[in-house]
Amino acid sequence: MYTLSSKLKLTAIIFMIVGAIGLVIGFLQAPSNLDDVREMMAAEEHHGETSHSEEGETTFAEAEHSLLLDDEPSRNAEEDHGAEAGAHDTEHLEHTLHQLQNKPWAAVYVAAFFFFMISLGVLAFYALQYASQAGWSPVLFRVMEAISAYIVPGGIIMFVLLALSGLHMNHLFVWMDPEVVAHDEIIQKKTAYLNVPFFLIRAAIFLAGWFLFRHFLVRNSRRLDEATDNYYFKKNFKLAAGFLVFFLISESIMSWDWIMSLDPHWFSTLFGWYVFSSMFVSGITVIALVSIYLKSRGYLPFVNNSHIHDLAKFMFGISIFWTYLWFSQFMLIWYSNIPEEVVYFISRIENYSLPFFGMVVLNFVFPLLVLMNSDYKRINWFVVMTGIVILIGHYLDVFTMVMPATVGESWFIGIPEISAVLFFGGLFTFVVFNALTKAPLLAKRNPFIKESEHFHY
Amino acid sequence: MASKVIHAIYNDDDLLLQAVKQVREARYHIGEIYTPMPVHGLDKAMGLEPTRLAITSFLYGVVGFAVSIAMMNFIMIEDWPQDIGGKPSFSFIQNMPAFVPIMFELTVFFAAHLMVITFYMRSRLWPFKEAENPDVRTTDDMFLMEVDAANHNVDELTKFLYDTGAAEIKLIDNK
Repeated sequence: MYTLSSKLKLTAIIFMIVGAIGLVIGFLQAPSNLDDVREMMAAEEHHGETSHSEEGETTFAEAEHSLLLDDEPSRNAEEDHGAEAGAHDTEHLEHTLHQLQNKPWAAVYVAAFFFFMISLGVLAFYALQYASQAGWSPVLFRVMEAISAYIVPGGIIMFVLLALSGLHMNHLFVWMDPEVVAHDEIIQKKTAYLNVPFFLIRAAIFLAGWFLFRHFLVRNSRRLDEATDNYYFKKNFKLAAGFLVFFLISESIMSWDWIMSLDPHWFSTLFGWYVFSSMFVSGITVIALVSIYLKSRGYLPFVNNSHIHDLAKFMFGISIFWTYLWFSQFMLIWYSNIPEEVVYFISRIENYSLPFFGMVVLNFVFPLLVLMNSDYKRINWFVVMTGIVILIGHYLDVFTMVMPATVGESWFIGIPEISAVLFFGGLFTFVVFNALTKAPLLAKRNPFIKESEHFHY
Repeated sequence: MASKVIHAIYNDDDLLLQAVKQVREARYHIGEIYTPMPVHGLDKAMGLEPTRLAITSFLYGVVGFAVSIAMMNFIMIEDWPQDIGGKPSFSFIQNMPAFVPIMFELTVFFAAHLMVITFYMRSRLWPFKEAENPDVRTTDDMFLMEVDAANHNVDELTKFLYDTGAAEIKLIDNK
């Protein structure tokens, strides 16, 4: 049995407290009216920051801009744009104000989704092991079960955030704003699907489904420990297969709802897969990191370097899969160059070029070069180092999926972003390692456990 | 080639693997092993060095990557810029995304094909090559271990090999 060390517990709690304080500061710092924005912008120009001083935007960029970010209540003012030169200035300020008001919310949203997605990816990986009757992995089952435990608190937090958006506490989802919808024909045509009650019902159904599947899979796995036959294993096999069907559908729709609908004009048919690959690789990376950590503390004596090798192979392979999807999505849209599609990438390349291209280096080039050598996949510190880089890369991936639509060009990684990562990282660590103490670390009655213990490559 | 060798034939791969370990423990020298199919773990049991084929494959991949860049730059940018879908055709870097599939394919093509050719050359295999295996049954269901017998007592070695599970033993004296 694993016991949660007080040091780890304290670290997690400190992370949460520091993160919570930072988040409060982030929300308090968000400007509440136009004067605040004017002051902030003046201060920024004073500091010589160049990122926001692109006053001389071309009309093209502006047009793109309004197409992309129509969360301005004064959107109709945009139409008789040019009537008054002074109106433009206030409008720009108002625009920035909305972006900056969104910023702490978006920071929370990105971090909450990122850690939630890790536990969901791990649950999918866990179900896959049952469905494929994998022989190598049962020694890692308890680690996977523990990481997937975060799905409950993380999922509830996600639901609360979505509900708050639905209650207009923030303006992350522009299609939730009736003012915007009234002037937007494209969103009007989508209201049968994109409306707040249906949106929340879908989220509730998916979350409830994941919670239930996770609950029964883990319960059966625990009962199997004490069982005398393989009844619970067979049951879990069927349950896992059912979960995977439910998961692939619900995960796709979840990614359209929770992420793609932030840009309600834009769509990509492989978006569900793209988000899936991101959550899958992050989840596998966290399994590897937690296993290596536990092993270094003397737990998991039955996990050998062949298991780490296999996890690292998955990290390597799914990183390449992620890149494949990232590039497929990008290239087709870049090549066809259809305005309503390509704004998505224009806004990312113009305003987010560092995180947008930086994450390709972190998520593809780095794991490709470091983990290509077979021997390096067995060396713990190589796996840990690559794992940390992959996690940073996929945080940035979620960041560039969410931020351009919510805060636009007013982004920077400041107090709210870092605090949100600290807060949810602390919560995640606490929940995961607390869940590890709930059951023996070896699923001893699993029919493949002998094969897994002797797994050697 | 050693002047005096013993050919010990086994009819099971697990038996062979065990025999290899015992023979090596007894400090006999194994010249070569002929098997009808790849035996998992045999290379480690024999104490062979790990293969360097993967390194050559990586280098070939890098060559393919470089070739594809040079090729696409010459074809599509320098020699005959073509306007395809209004894409910028006078700059390699701006048109690069369109070349990525080609870069990927040529990297894989070079890595895979040149690695296979390297493997054949390294294993001394080419078309019309005379078979080297001393017993045709090693292409069917028998495993043959060639043990160096020059400096050992042949009777003792023969008995030892029978004990390891050999089905058949032959002394080859190349005088």
